[in-house]
Amino acid sequence: MSEFLYLYRGGDSASSPEEMQQSMQKWVAWMKQLGDHGHLKSIGNPLEPTGKVVRGKQKAVTDGPFAEAKDLIGGYTLIEAKDLDEAAELAKGCPHFDTGGDVEVRPIMQINM
Amino acid sequence: METRVVELDEHFFRHESGRIVAALTRVFGVHNLAMAEDVAQDAFCRALEVWKLRGLPANPSAWLMATARNRAIDILRRERTARTFAPELGRFLESEWTLAPVVHELLGPPAIRDDELRMMFSCCHPRLGEPAQVALILNILCGFSVDEVAAAFFSGRAAIEKRIARAKKTLAGSKKLFELTAANFPARLSAVHRALYLLFNEGYHGASSESAIRIDLCREAIRLAGVLRRDPLASTPATLALEALMCLHAARLPGRLDSAGDLNSFFDQDRAAWDIELVAEGRRLLDLSATGSELTEYHLEAGIAAVHADASCAEETDWQRIVQLYEMLLAIRPSPVIALNRAIAIAQQNGPDRGLKEIRAIEGLDRLAAYPFYPAALGELEMRNGHPQIAHDHFRVALALARSPMERRFLERRIVACHNQRR
Repeated sequence: MSEFLYLYRGGDSASSPEEMQQSMQKWVAWMKQLGDHGHLKSIGNPLEPTGKVVRGKQKAVTDGPFAEAKDLIGGYTLIEAKDLDEAAELAKGCPHFDTGGDVEVRPIMQINM
Repeated sequence: METRVVELDEHFFRHESGRIVAALTRVFGVHNLAMAEDVAQDAFCRALEVWKLRGLPANPSAWLMATARNRAIDILRRERTARTFAPELGRFLESEWTLAPVVHELLGPPAIRDDELRMMFSCCHPRLGEPAQVALILNILCGFSVDEVAAAFFSGRAAIEKRIARAKKTLAGSKKLFELTAANFPARLSAVHRALYLLFNEGYHGASSESAIRIDLCREAIRLAGVLRRDPLASTPATLALEALMCLHAARLPGRLDSAGDLNSFFDQDRAAWDIELVAEGRRLLDLSATGSELTEYHLEAGIAAVHADASCAEETDWQRIVQLYEMLLAIRPSPVIALNRAIAIAQQNGPDRGLKEIRAIEGLDRLAAYPFYPAALGELEMRNGHPQIAHDHFRVALALARSPMERRFLERRIVACHNQRR
């Protein structure tokens, strides 16, 4: 098994309480399913939509947002899968797509010494 | 992986939204209604972001309120010199000694119950028309989005958006939220009853073709009637009778639609599908409402529904009692629709000829010209009289007046039934 990071990008926030509840239920179900099948290494964390960027040799500090809203990473999850293809296939079940978001799937580099 | 056992109640977000907006409006002042809604929305977005990954906290309701509270305290601190908040809280919000404790108290469970009530009474401001009051209650207290209110009313989004925006402007323009100790409490309580009654009817008889939305409306009306009942001041006999009538009617909802989601004629309803728990609750409340000297239209309507619930089938119904109750109702609230229902009950008791005669004698019959169930009632009685051709013509008139796909399908099936009888 290898480890992969899911980065949740963009996505619209739900507009009505009922939509939020439905979205919430889908996420809970999805996380449970990943966990039940042994794919969930760490549920990860949501990220604040604000932040700072320290840039260049001058180490200039600027306030976020540092990307277009559609590129902003809203959170991450660490999962386990056989290979990158399986990790990408599993990501298709993510409710994040319902709200127009993307999931970036990145292999954690394996270092065998 | 730890799996959480906490599960959200159905419509948890909607109900919390109403409570939080009501409580925040109390702190910010009704003129800052929009700010209260923004803060509530922020708290919800935050909850969603965290909970979707981390799972539900042990007490989701308290989590949400704490998030809203922290945000509210930030805003009060930052803007207290630039803005006025709830005038009666002015001094407490100015001082750092009292700010946080006061906000904590105001956003605690006992205070929130009153806030929900206060908001309900405020939404029924006499300057707002009844449709605006109902839309406002749905939007603010029941957490329905504009789109959801529009779907519930089977109405265009733009019209509903305008109605809600205008109503909110009126509400925000009032000096403060309604005080439950105000001298005009009884009058406002009647307005609240009326609005909840309309909300319930929109669900029960409304034009929205989606039965899920309609059941939601009925449940919301019952929930808010329960909020009234649990308040010592608002728990009047009329309040109890109103909730009783809602329970007794809602109990019939499962039997009102057939398996395809189409309307069943009242006489064809599967009474085994009626919700016996709701019937029992309705009866209990109706008994409790029988105190004092005031006999309201809600008492009478609940009484009629209770007689129906007592009968094992349409033929076993005490129609005489129902006719009596309709007559008492007509004395309180003269209306050709009620007179039509009385005539139908008479037809049940004394035959279709008598019923048709009663219908023709209804005062203000012309006001039923656009009401599809007037020609439909004529059609039913003519059919029972063995005149399928005349019945057929009445049903065609009714079909042309139908207000929803569901009513249309119901009447189309009656037309087919006329054809079958003619053969």
